[in-house]
Formats: sequence, C-alpha cells, structure tokens
Amino acid sequence: METPVIHHGAMFDTNELVINMGPQHPSTHGVLRVVLRLDGEKVVDADVVIGYLHRGIEKLSENRNWTQIILLTDRMDYVAAATNNVGYCETVEKLMAIDVPRRARYVRTILCELQRIASHCLWVGTHAMDIGAMTVFLYAFRERELILDLFEEFCGARLTYNSMRIGGLPLDIPPGWDKKVLQFVEIMSTKIDEYEELLTHNRIWLERTKGIGIISGADAVSLGLSGPPLRGSGVPRDIRKDEPYAAYDEMQFDIALGTAGDTYDRYLVRMEEFRQSLRIVKQAAEGIPEGPIVGKVPRLIKPPAGETYHAIESPKGELGYFIVSDGKSTNPYRFRVRPPSFCNLQGLRTLIKGHLVADVVALIGSLDVVLGEVDR
Amino acid sequence: MIDQFVIPLLKIVVVLNATLVGVTYMVLLERKVIAWAQSRLGPMRVGPYGVLQPVADAIKLMIKEDITPVRADKWVFTVAPIISMVPALIVYAVIPFGPTIHLFGRPVSLFIADVNVGLLYIVSVASVGVYGIILAGYASNSKYPLLASLRASAQLISYEVAVTLTLVSVILMAGTLSMVGIVNAQYNSRLWFAFVQPVAFVIFFIGGLAETNRAPFDLPEAEQELTGGFHTEYSGMRFALFFLAEYANMIVVSSVATTLFFGGWLRPFPNIAFLHFLDIVPSWAWFLIKSFVFLYIFVWVRATLPRYRYDQLMRLGWKMLIPLAIANLVVTGIIKVLLS
Repeated sequence: METPVIHHGAMFDTNELVINMGPQHPSTHGVLRVVLRLDGEKVVDADVVIGYLHRGIEKLSENRNWTQIILLTDRMDYVAAATNNVGYCETVEKLMAIDVPRRARYVRTILCELQRIASHCLWVGTHAMDIGAMTVFLYAFRERELILDLFEEFCGARLTYNSMRIGGLPLDIPPGWDKKVLQFVEIMSTKIDEYEELLTHNRIWLERTKGIGIISGADAVSLGLSGPPLRGSGVPRDIRKDEPYAAYDEMQFDIALGTAGDTYDRYLVRMEEFRQSLRIVKQAAEGIPEGPIVGKVPRLIKPPAGETYHAIESPKGELGYFIVSDGKSTNPYRFRVRPPSFCNLQGLRTLIKGHLVADVVALIGSLDVVLGEVDR
Repeated sequence: MIDQFVIPLLKIVVVLNATLVGVTYMVLLERKVIAWAQSRLGPMRVGPYGVLQPVADAIKLMIKEDITPVRADKWVFTVAPIISMVPALIVYAVIPFGPTIHLFGRPVSLFIADVNVGLLYIVSVASVGVYGIILAGYASNSKYPLLASLRASAQLISYEVAVTLTLVSVILMAGTLSMVGIVNAQYNSRLWFAFVQPVAFVIFFIGGLAETNRAPFDLPEAEQELTGGFHTEYSGMRFALFFLAEYANMIVVSSVATTLFFGGWLRPFPNIAFLHFLDIVPSWAWFLIKSFVFLYIFVWVRATLPRYRYDQLMRLGWKMLIPLAIANLVVTGIIKVLLS
C-alpha cells in the first residue's frame, strides 16, 4: 500500500507506517481495532474501527418480552451487569409509573455501587498493566473477587447477574448479607491505599499519565463524553446527583472532579470514586429499611403507549435507555441504548493524535471502554 | 598439558552448564518472586513447589513447532537468536567466581581466564547482543518487531554510553582492566567500590536494567504496546533463546556489578581479622550470594514499577545519566590526582 510521504525539511523524507492495533491485541481491551498512521512512533492519525462484537442486542430486544430483556442487558457492559439491569428496569418502571419500594431501592444502590467498585477494580488493574505496572492488576482482581462473591450470594451468578426485576428485586437479600457488605467496605478501604501507594506518587506513573491526552471541559462536552472522562476535565456532571435514581437522593457523597483533563486526572477521579462508592455502600448497607422488595407490578408487563428516556450513572458514564412502547404488544416497539463506552470512545481519535504508540494504550485504558457495550 | 587444556575445558563445561541451569532457574525464581509480590503462588504443579517447572518449560519449547514466517528473511531470522544468546554466555569467560584455590594439590583459579582487558572484553561482547534484537526485528518483516528493534537500538546506544562511563571511573579507582585485578584492588583499598563510587554504582545498575531490557525499561518487548516486541514472530526454541539470553544477561549484569562494586568473591570486611569466621563460607558462595541479591532486585523492580515511555527513556539516559556519569568521572579523576 502506498503511504503518504512525510517531509522533514532538510532531512530525509520518510513514509508513514500504517499499523493495525487490534482487533487481536493485548491492550485494546477486547476487540477494538485502531488503525494507526505513524511517523516513527508518533501517531499522525488514527482510525478507530468498532463492530467486532456486535450482537444486535437492541434489535433482539424488540422481539423479547419486557422481562427477558433484562438478561440481554447483562451482555452489554459485562463487567458492570448489575448497573445495566438497574438502568433498564428503572426505565420500564418510569414508563409504567411503578413505585419501587424503598428497600429495593436501597439494595439497588448497594448493587450499583459494588458494581462500580468492581468495574473500577478491573479498570485500575488493566490500565496499570497497560502502562507496565503488573502487580496492581492482581491486587485489584483480588478485591474484585470479594465483590463477585457478594453478588454470587445475592443472585447466584458472578458475571452476568440478571439481578433485577421490573418493579423491584427478584429475591430478598440473604440473611447477614448486609453485614458481609459492611465487612467488605472495611477491607476495601485499606486496599485502595495499597493501589495508590503503587501508583499515585510513582514517578514513572506520573510521567506516563500527566499531560497525556488532555481534553478541556468544553471539548469533552461537545464530544459527548460522560462519566469519569468528563469529570476528569472538571465538568461536575454526575447523574447520581443531578437526576437521582434508586436511593441516591438519600445518600451523602461528593463528586470527584479533575482539573487538567489528562490521563492522570481521570485516574485520580476514579480512585476518588472508589472511596465515594464505599461511602455510599456503607450508608446504604447500614440503613436498609424493612418492607416489601417488589412494588405493584401487573402480572403481564405491558407498558402504556409512549416513549421514555432514562439515564443512570454507570461506572463508565451516562448509561441511557430509550424505549418506545406501542401499548399493545408484550415487547418494546423500539429499544435503544446510549452506552457510555461507545460515546466515550468517540473521543479516542482526538485524544491520541500527536501522542506516541505507548500513549495509545494508556489512553484506551484511561477511557475505560468495554467493547461489549460499544458494539452491543 | 593438564593445566593448559584439561582444566580450562573442565572449567568451561562447569561454568556453561551452571549458567544455563542458573538461567532456567532464574526464570522460575522470577515467576515465584513476582507471584509472591502479587499474592499468588506461582508455578506449583510440576514437582514440589514447582521446582521442576524449568524442565517442563524446556521440553515444551523444544517440541514446539518452529515457525519461520514466509516473508521473513530466513537466514537472518535464524541467526538472530544465536547472536543474542552467544555473547550472553561467552562473557562468563572473564568473570571471576573466586580466587585461586588448591584442589587435589593443584592450584585451580575459579575463573576461566584473567584477561588483562577483561572489562573492555565484557563491554564489547555484551554490546554485540543487541544485534540479535535488531536483526530479529528486521528479519521478521513485521511492523511490531520493527518498531521494537528500533527502540532496542536507540536504547542500547544511549545506555551503553552511561554504563561505560561509570566503568571508566571504576577503572580509575582500580588502575586495571582485569576483573581479578579489580577485586584485588578492592581488597587492598579496604573498601568495596560501591561505597567509594555510589553514583557510579547507581548509574551502572539503572543502565544495566536498561541494557538487559528489563522493567521499567522493557520497551523493546513491551507486551502491552508491541505485542511481545522483537520476538513476536518467533516460536519454539528460537523464542526460548531470546528469552534465555535476557536472563543470561541479567546474571551477567549482576555478576559484573558484584565484581566491580561489591568486592566479587571477597567476604564482607575482608581486612578485619576478627570477622575471620565468615571464611567458613567459601569465596565462590559469597560471589553467588551477592549476585543473587542483584537478581532479586531485578525481579523486585519488575513487579513494582510501571514502564517508561520511549522518549522518557531517552531523556533519562541523555539528560540525566550521561551528564551525571561524566561529572562523576571528572570528580573521581580530580580526587585521584589530588590524593596521589
């Protein structure tokens, strides 16, 4: 293939090197393909190619009944399945105007935040691994295991939970589960310091992340970023605060904000989110109210005709569901997801231009995309 | 006859075999130590506590299919791993494991050769090893290995300079290029050179990490970026040669650091008489213990630190280590002149 010639003034002219990063590559976190055009090791331009994990979840959903779709939402962001379940169920509840009992909302909050910690564990591990610090990966997975155990006790599954029902929870929490959650909070709060000890003030880590992939708040908004990449640029947008769902309106927590909008700030934001999530989990687990776990849900779920959009703050950003019901059939007329990973990935090309090959993997890691969610 | 041929040949056989066994067990040590650092167990299945893992690895690598890519440059592709491995092994010719001892009533020196330009020999031979990496990347006819070999050559050139400059300051202290002579100089000066030349030692060790392509300078084989780097296209025993060469080089750097900066085979405080009981441990064992400490640090560093970026690595080399090494050399020279 002919590649454009790069002119270096008085020096030799060189050719661009086109290199295919992925879809089979250890650091593209799944099947992302990035076609890099390099000048030496410098990225001149990049083409982000997605679609290798497309399963047509949205179209499939239009042929499933409302309860069956919960199971499909597990398969989108498979490292944060419970959040997907909650988002979907709340959207249908909004459409049907179902009141969810307080106990169910509290448990949902706990599950969502545990899921956020689990997802961030996976992120901190793989992100550090991409930059070459491999021990953090094992540490983070050690703690993620504890969360998976909690989920296993709650719903029997460890990855794709199917953990929610429209109107509430499938099962009440097992006896003593809230105590175990509180124990986990104790353990985890010391472990976060362990990760930070290895990374936050590490000179090499600072050099690899500070000033890499800077994106201003305005640019982040116009690119449609959400979640930690947006908050890393200093935009105080958190759906848990702005449009509270589940039981977030009753929780005390702060939004972690960055200033510079570089990889390091995105890292700090997520590390702070670990702590805030633990705070929320602690409050929620200590205050689970008594009461029913399912609201008044008709036996046959058939929302009235209409459409609705409802978004929640998934670990990756704004996870929104747009659902249209024709009011006649037992399946949605139209089902559409606004996945945070897909929208955040749109920023990748802007971020990696002008950086080196080594920064590309750091930036993919810092956006924290899950390809199951990007392609759906 | 015996002194000239039989004993040297026996020594070569012993050193070569010990090195190769050491290299394979170095791999196990690394896997174990990193596993412990990461709260894992490491290899546990082959033999008790996984001690036979290197044997299993060797068998696996030898019976694996050896693939040469169709578009690779076959000759260079084959020669590259050999070029990488051989220098790592022949360096041991001048490394002194101990002084001359008496074995069966015959004086036996615990080194293969005491070359009067020993240090120069090590530097020149060790720098040949990088050709293996460059040629491997070039011959693979593949883009990732090519990038890796470009990184390797740039890295080696930058760090070779800094390391060699530190060696010069050691030579100034010892007044000789012979490895045995350098150890004896440390005996005579009553101090290990690490205490006289701390800056040189630190630069040497950082440079050593970089020259052996170890973390945090393992850019040429950066798994996360370059999918394995220069040995992406290699498989089977040819891959194993690269792998073993890296570990052999680590042992070389540890041995050289021990010899130059930590008194080689000498026991701690060799001139203090009342510590005489330390002589129970034979001299070669002191050498091995000291080298082992360095090897452990190599592994420890890898388990702890992230990886530098290519341009940062260059900056560290040219803007920090080389000026520091030159300054150290000049100061050493001035003090040496003033004292004499």
